[in-house]
Amino acid sequence: MNGTKQPSNIAFVIGASSVGTLIEWYDFYIFGMLATILSKQFFPADAGTAALLSTLAIFAAGFIVRPFGALVFGRLGDLIGRKHTFLLTLIIMGGSTFAIGLVPGFKTIGWLAPILVLILRLLQGLALGGEYGGAATYVAEHAPAGQRGFWTSWIQTTATLGLFLALGIIILIRTNQGVEQFSAEWGGWRYPFWISIILVGVSVLIRMKMSESPMFTKLKAEGKTSTNPLKESFGHKANFKMVLLALFGAVMGQGVVWYTGQFYAQSFIETVCKIDFIQSRNIMLIAILMATPCFVLFGWLSDKIGRKWIMLIGMLAAVLTYRPIYQEFINITSASNRTQIVDLRLTNTITAFPIIDAKDKTKLYIKQQSDTTYLDGSVFKYFKTDTMILIAPVDGTRPLTLINPEMIKYKSPKPNVVVEKTMGRSAYWDMIWLVFIQIVYVTMVYGPIAAFLVEMFPTKIRYTSMSLPYHIGNGVFGGLVPFLGTLIVEFTKSPAHPNGDVLAGLWYPIAIAAVCFVIGVIYLQNKIDKDVMD
Amino acid sequence: MNKIKQLLGYIWMITAPAIICFLVYQAITKINTASEATRSNVILQWVIILLIFTPICVGFFIFGKYASEDAYAQLPSSSDELED
Repeated sequence: MNGTKQPSNIAFVIGASSVGTLIEWYDFYIFGMLATILSKQFFPADAGTAALLSTLAIFAAGFIVRPFGALVFGRLGDLIGRKHTFLLTLIIMGGSTFAIGLVPGFKTIGWLAPILVLILRLLQGLALGGEYGGAATYVAEHAPAGQRGFWTSWIQTTATLGLFLALGIIILIRTNQGVEQFSAEWGGWRYPFWISIILVGVSVLIRMKMSESPMFTKLKAEGKTSTNPLKESFGHKANFKMVLLALFGAVMGQGVVWYTGQFYAQSFIETVCKIDFIQSRNIMLIAILMATPCFVLFGWLSDKIGRKWIMLIGMLAAVLTYRPIYQEFINITSASNRTQIVDLRLTNTITAFPIIDAKDKTKLYIKQQSDTTYLDGSVFKYFKTDTMILIAPVDGTRPLTLINPEMIKYKSPKPNVVVEKTMGRSAYWDMIWLVFIQIVYVTMVYGPIAAFLVEMFPTKIRYTSMSLPYHIGNGVFGGLVPFLGTLIVEFTKSPAHPNGDVLAGLWYPIAIAAVCFVIGVIYLQNKIDKDVMD
Repeated sequence: MNKIKQLLGYIWMITAPAIICFLVYQAITKINTASEATRSNVILQWVIILLIFTPICVGFFIFGKYASEDAYAQLPSSSDELED
């Protein structure tokens, strides 16, 4: 039955499954990409408890609950079937994403805003935890023998394409609105959340037309489905040892490579290299678009030569080259490596009228912008802000020259400087290639992994058994890369080195991928399971 | 190869509690050196890290134990072998 599946039918299975999974990834990522705006909208501006909640909600909550979603929905999928379970996860994800876009800001409803957002974010994490295993299992159980890697690799493209879609929609809205309009309480940042309901609606309609997995249907007809998938997956040593092997020998390394290449890279380009908002996202978009076909390439190749070595070579390449790649990001964007065009220095403007602080009328901000243009076409913008405190409040702004020096109680010794870099064509493409290389690593570790996991576990507990290691590896190990990477860099900061070692954050993904590589080499086998009907 | 798998199993069994000890030591050090303004945030960060990685380290210890018992000497070739 499995081997005679018609290509058009499989194309429909892949398409219907992939669209829903892609939308779930899109929903999950827009939250992370709009994290800065969300934290300002849904959390109070002062530190303390606000910082606690924003840390919990934005960096951790959605990722931490993914394994719980894997358990809840994996169990359901093995009990009632794949189709209805991942239909349910899609509806939960779409509903919670749309609802985040409807929650009024902290200014309007106070602490209810972050609490609601936290609950909705948890629901998103739970839904995603249930979605991927279902979609991968469903496609693999439809795929002809010997082509499982190729067909499931289409599902593997969805995480990256979901990221691509999220980036694209955010850039589109942001470029059509000013920064202020986009960031306002009911501004453009909400549109990506609202758009989700349309995408989910279409996807639900498509998925309703899908039939149940043929293998699950057969098991059900024979009365051989599991009565307690959790116990059979994790309570029996024979299966549990494979769950542990999947996690430590494959998925944890895959998770950190995935999130370093596609999330840490973007964060590094923006916060360390100081590339401007639009250009940093365009770098990611182009690199992702160029590398995405490699998912299918490595999925197909894994059907020919096995899954193991493709994944492990991707991990090893990441371990060996991450630090040189990120050092190169710094070199490319450094001012010391380029020639300044002195004659074409565009501006060195200073605000004639200082800006008065909205709350404290004795506080004035003097803003200054200087642009430096380089021979290669790069432009570095320096935004400097001096703070001045007067002995008495001012009733209206006036030119700097009219402020009596005796009125000045305090002036900041050094201006606060924000740098924004727009790279010239050559440097821009160098950065795209560096991100592209990292995403090729992602495609190597991620392209074959759905087929690899499906082949490790029996049909009756497959959904549960493969979902948990996947979401611990991808969601927890991988999802924490930006958070832990940033934290490790913070540890290296000292009064003598206020910026710390900006490359130190890479030690986390390098160490995890290295351990995973060793375990994979020693313990995994390269066998392709021809029969996943059992 | 099976001998290497077994020996590495003992290393994983030692590594797992060592990681927990390292994380607890780091947590105490960082919380003690944090300023008053940031202490509550630092505590939360480390509670999250410990809550996440402690069960994972327990899993890693069990993985090492299985490896040391030669459970990975022969991986199953069919799903029937996954039921005991």
